Amino acid sequence: MTPLIEAKGLVRIYALRHGPFSRPSFVRAVEDISLSVFPGETLGIVGESGSGKSTLGRMLLGIDPTQGGEVRFEGQPMPRLGTPEWRALRAKMQLVYQDPLAALDRRQTIATQIGEPLDIHRIGPRASRAGRVEELMAAVGLRPDQAGSYPHELSGGQRQRTVIARALAARPKLLVCDEPVSALDVSIQAQVVNMLSDLQEDNGIAMIFISHDLKVVRNLADRVAVMYLGRIVEEASSDVIFQSPRHPYTKALVSSMPIPGKKLEGRVILQGEPPNPAARPSGCAFHPRCPVARDICRTSTPELRQVEKGRTAACHVVADNAAIAA
Amino acid sequence: MAMTVATANLVELRNLKVAFDGVRVLHGIDLDVARGEALGLVGESGCGKSVTWLAALGLLPGKASVTGSVRLEGRELCGSPRSTLEQVRGGRIAMIFQDPSSSLNPVLSIGRQITEALAIHRGLRGEAAKTEALRLMDMVGIPDARRRFDLYTHEFSGGQCQRLMIAMALAGEPDLLIADEPTTALDATIQAQILDLLIRLQAETGMALVFISHDLGAVSQVCERVCVMYAGRIVEEGSVAQLFSSPRHPYTRGLFDAIPRIEGPRKRLIPIPGTVPNPKTLPKGCAFAPRCSRTTAFCETSPPSLLPQKDGRKLACAHPIELAVAGKTERRVPEDLLQ
Repeated sequence: MTPLIEAKGLVRIYALRHGPFSRPSFVRAVEDISLSVFPGETLGIVGESGSGKSTLGRMLLGIDPTQGGEVRFEGQPMPRLGTPEWRALRAKMQLVYQDPLAALDRRQTIATQIGEPLDIHRIGPRASRAGRVEELMAAVGLRPDQAGSYPHELSGGQRQRTVIARALAARPKLLVCDEPVSALDVSIQAQVVNMLSDLQEDNGIAMIFISHDLKVVRNLADRVAVMYLGRIVEEASSDVIFQSPRHPYTKALVSSMPIPGKKLEGRVILQGEPPNPAARPSGCAFHPRCPVARDICRTSTPELRQVEKGRTAACHVVADNAAIAA
Repeated sequence: MAMTVATANLVELRNLKVAFDGVRVLHGIDLDVARGEALGLVGESGCGKSVTWLAALGLLPGKASVTGSVRLEGRELCGSPRSTLEQVRGGRIAMIFQDPSSSLNPVLSIGRQITEALAIHRGLRGEAAKTEALRLMDMVGIPDARRRFDLYTHEFSGGQCQRLMIAMALAGEPDLLIADEPTTALDATIQAQILDLLIRLQAETGMALVFISHDLGAVSQVCERVCVMYAGRIVEEGSVAQLFSSPRHPYTRGLFDAIPRIEGPRKRLIPIPGTVPNPKTLPKGCAFAPRCSRTTAFCETSPPSLLPQKDGRKLACAHPIELAVAGKTERRVPEDLLQ
């Protein structure tokens, strides 16, 4: 089976200038990332702020240009941003953001906004579009009488449902969700998470789910990639990765997750902060905070390689242990 | 009234009510904070967990009407003059907020902000203030405090800004620290560091801590006792072990069920149906009745009061969930916590 979307060696570098004549410093937001998502599959991407997970999501959709590597969608290279081919492709892949209020137009009713992709991509005869909007609203759990509401009249959860309905309007094959439930309360978050997994099951949509919340990702994703400073440091199925993390960063991340009813004792609490992406540490970017760092970690960047069946990790220590075990 | 009667509790809130423009958002909160205890306040956005403490400290804007009683060691704070409140705020009761960078002054060096707090609350000046400020920065885990004393807030990361906020809060040697969502804006690994810091500081200084959060996981790590709030009322109050092993209010139970698990088999989440009611159009009876699966006609007409239960918890529900019998039902907390 060919992957729905495949990325090879993606690189994104932002140039930062501190003054009009100063030499720019470069931030490598995404560095050498390769991944693939198969039809109907959900890939979770987790990491802390600044790890490049949102940039990666935008690059996969062709919204952010790449400085290296390529993205292939259904086997075809991604057209350039703004070209007619790229626009046509937008119907097949959609983005859901964290803040629904910013993603919605305050002056249009939600029914108009949900129907907009149908008009843009000229999907179905005009007469049938109203029916499709009703169908979409029902699918995400909005009441028919809310069709004429404006975004400010809805609650946060209902707004996010509107954004998701709009994203689904053109029957996309891929949905990239960037922190879609982070701004919602726990009880509403559960409603939206369940809805996403139902919609995905019913429509066979592939999903890239970007979040800092490991618990939500574990619940939705089939596979999870953990990012640290622009690189994927570990990737495995979501059942495996949270149960037995191998990379020291994944271990710390899983361990730092507060579990209701459990005290903090015996947890790995990482010291220090994620380094500034503009001043990336040499070698493995995680080595200054890593409890098991060796000399080699300071000088050479570990490659992402298979350490066991169905699991890749970018860590010298994990790779050595895997070699001994093999 | 005898003002000299020493009460066991540090702070006592009685029938605290708050209304904004005639819309009541807090419906009579009764809450005690004992010396040195860590109390958690959980609930979803808009349930009044922050408003409770802003009202208690007189920090709400003028359009809010606050009634009821707030006592600090028996001394009434509610309605007392500004001069009294200013001695309490920062000195006896300090508060830290969710977003540290917007609570710090961007145009003053961090050292000046901490020494300012030391001057106001403890009358320290000059070299003495600087020494104490450096000690506080060291205590909250700012590495190389001496060199960073003159830096500005933008030169610190989010986690370090929160540490500096905590250092400023500690400057007045408060008896009570109110932490309002102190870790919500922070990354997971930094969140763990700040929680660890709060636990350590509380043990070292013996101050009481009120931890306001929507994150049940974070609350259960820091606190011994937890109050669950819904629509401006406390609906259940008990020890962490009690609430987590056997939540009795359907809302508490709903909150637990809605959280995705990081351990065990993956299951479909159980959301609470519906949404939080608008305070303008609150149901006549129990505010949770429209979302509750155990509602009867009684719930729709009369709001339940918060009543003490046999096992020491307090509960506001006419049809609570039966107490889980140990061993028989599925255990909701790991064994080690119940020992």
